[in-house]
Amino acid sequence: MSTAVVAQSAPRVPFYNDPKVRSIAYQAALCAVIGFLVYSAADNAIVNLRRAHIASGLGFWNHTAGFDISQTLIHYDSQASTYGRAFWVGLLNTLLVAGLGIVFATIIGFIVGIGRLSKNWLVSHACAGYVETIRNVPLLLQLLFWYNGVLKALPDVRESYNLPLHIFLNNRGLIMPEPIGHGGEAVMWLLMLAGLIAAFVFRFWAKRRQQATGQQAPVFLVGLGLVIVPALIYVLIAGFPYTFDIPQRGRFNLIGGVSLAPEFVALLVGLSIYTAAFIAEVVRAGILAVSRGQTEAAYAIGLKPGITLRLVVLPQAMRVIIPPLTSQYLNLTKNSSLAVAIGYPDLVQVFTGTVLNQTGQAVEVVAITMAVYLTISLTTSLAMNLYNARMALVER
Amino acid sequence: MKRIVSFLALAVMVVFAQAASAQTLKAVKDRGMLNCGANGQLAGFGMPDAQGKWTGMDVDICRAIAAAIFNDASKAKFVPLSAKDRFTALQSGEVDVLSRNTTWTSSRDSALGISFTGVDYYDGQGFMVRKSLKVNSALELNGASVCVQQGTTTELNLADYFRAHNMQLKSVTFATSDEAIKAYDAGRCDAYTTDASGLYAERLKLANPADHMVLPEIISKEPLGPSVRQGDDQWFTVVKWVLFAMMDGEELGITSKNVDQMLTSTNPEVKRFVGTEGAYGEQIGLTKDWAVRIIKLVGNYGEVFDRNVGAGSPLKIDRGMNKLWNKGGIQYAPPIR
Repeated sequence: MSTAVVAQSAPRVPFYNDPKVRSIAYQAALCAVIGFLVYSAADNAIVNLRRAHIASGLGFWNHTAGFDISQTLIHYDSQASTYGRAFWVGLLNTLLVAGLGIVFATIIGFIVGIGRLSKNWLVSHACAGYVETIRNVPLLLQLLFWYNGVLKALPDVRESYNLPLHIFLNNRGLIMPEPIGHGGEAVMWLLMLAGLIAAFVFRFWAKRRQQATGQQAPVFLVGLGLVIVPALIYVLIAGFPYTFDIPQRGRFNLIGGVSLAPEFVALLVGLSIYTAAFIAEVVRAGILAVSRGQTEAAYAIGLKPGITLRLVVLPQAMRVIIPPLTSQYLNLTKNSSLAVAIGYPDLVQVFTGTVLNQTGQAVEVVAITMAVYLTISLTTSLAMNLYNARMALVER
Repeated sequence: MKRIVSFLALAVMVVFAQAASAQTLKAVKDRGMLNCGANGQLAGFGMPDAQGKWTGMDVDICRAIAAAIFNDASKAKFVPLSAKDRFTALQSGEVDVLSRNTTWTSSRDSALGISFTGVDYYDGQGFMVRKSLKVNSALELNGASVCVQQGTTTELNLADYFRAHNMQLKSVTFATSDEAIKAYDAGRCDAYTTDASGLYAERLKLANPADHMVLPEIISKEPLGPSVRQGDDQWFTVVKWVLFAMMDGEELGITSKNVDQMLTSTNPEVKRFVGTEGAYGEQIGLTKDWAVRIIKLVGNYGEVFDRNVGAGSPLKIDRGMNKLWNKGGIQYAPPIR
């Protein structure tokens, strides 16, 4: 038994009952309401700040900062630089620790994630232990552990460990000789860059040849040679283009050289190790999502386990790995604001800390900081989405 | 966390509320409690003791305000604030008065929307170093690492001083004084800098206080005092005159011990002070016996100083500039009349 469906031609409806018109009207109304709320909130804020005699506006940006910052990637002078400059110093410090953190967390995360699937009992259980310990302890505690652990365990500056190559380690950080170029270094770097480009050209050629003929070429070795050999020949002829500023014992600190402050090291180590635990799980999930048949098929045509992982399993796993990996990168970047607890001068410490306090302009400073984190996160997201689109399985 | 709460409160205040800050005295009376922003970590100025009872000079200023309003010094609730959160907490209305060893400067008095009501302690910035460094003067600190608390005038003076004397500075800044002093104690820095009074207080927290010394140089003026939000003149007057009353009390020789005898005094100045002549307290918005309440329940300025930071305290700081004007110091309060 079945009920007959009677096809009807759409009856004429008045425009206010037209679903299309209605939905546009609703959305326009919603936009107007939100726009009004934002406007009135901003207007109210300005009026109330003025009534409370709290300075407002961005005039402070060009005022002299007057405070010192312990780690600056760009030139910064407490007497001459502005709050705006301090903002950039803080932002660069945030980007530095977040960028390096992402690199290290990814490397550790992939090693641990793959290791957790190892057939070796010790390796897989060590990796599992790492993941379960690290991801279940709050990050702030881990940062304090690394910071205080690093500080307390290392010797006083006057009893520094002398490592080879004039590297010193003490509770003020890791102090290394600073390379100072005298002219020739640009040529050396240009030669290396040219070598790198040549290596990519060779890789492109080798790939095409392999697709055409099946012959493989030692891409890595040739590429390495192209990068290093010309630069090496230049150095042998013209002499090494750098001298080293070796740290000397001063009255209080080692003078000269470049130093990695313990605050930076503790934050970098803490963030990398913490986020790596999550990345490891993402990687493990991604690999397990690839059907076992793929591995078996690869073995059946005679591929070795390493190559199978690299050429068959991981490329397919990446589709599953990349989206949650992006979230972990974003988490790491945002978590870097915990720097404030251990005295690393990141954006939050410098800008929403000292600058906010000195100027008293909480609304502007916090709004700018939020906008910055939003921009960093959206940029990271965009880059990862592009990468994801490239890695996505192309269905034919 | 605290900072987030304060900021949210400020955000809500500026964005939505029609600022209703004009009537702080009435709000405090209705609430039955004075909310006071205090330090929480600085012995002698604001810190809870082992029993959880708040002690310190700044804390006693708040108690005196509570005493003047409620005739009960315990009607003051203390909110511990870090240096960088303190102004937001005051601006947002989380506290009625900020009494947290805060330096009076022109920019704070204007752009932050707050007003300082007076100076309860004339201070200056100094340095503490390990004795083993054999440093005798701050001028020898070229190239030294210095631990400092963030969001303070100290942070600015430090950069100024090193720069003015052509010395290399490696400062390490921390959000709270506890973190800064801990890092100094762990050897992260050669020197620790804050207001001289703070140096004596913080030294007691070190593992071996005797291994450290305070250098003789005082590199800045740090007039510390309570502050209130701008735009409420009545409340500004109340807070200002509570401190003046404590100093006038000391000048007139009125202490918490003899204040009851003073009620029968025939000295016209004393009579005006204790309220047996005139209605000076009522003009301020308080009661006739407001000053008596302050002295009886909290003490005069000299008693409060001695008990918290002076001879009667573990800090044993010399009164120096903080003596009354007629005893060789610069503390001077306008008369009650």
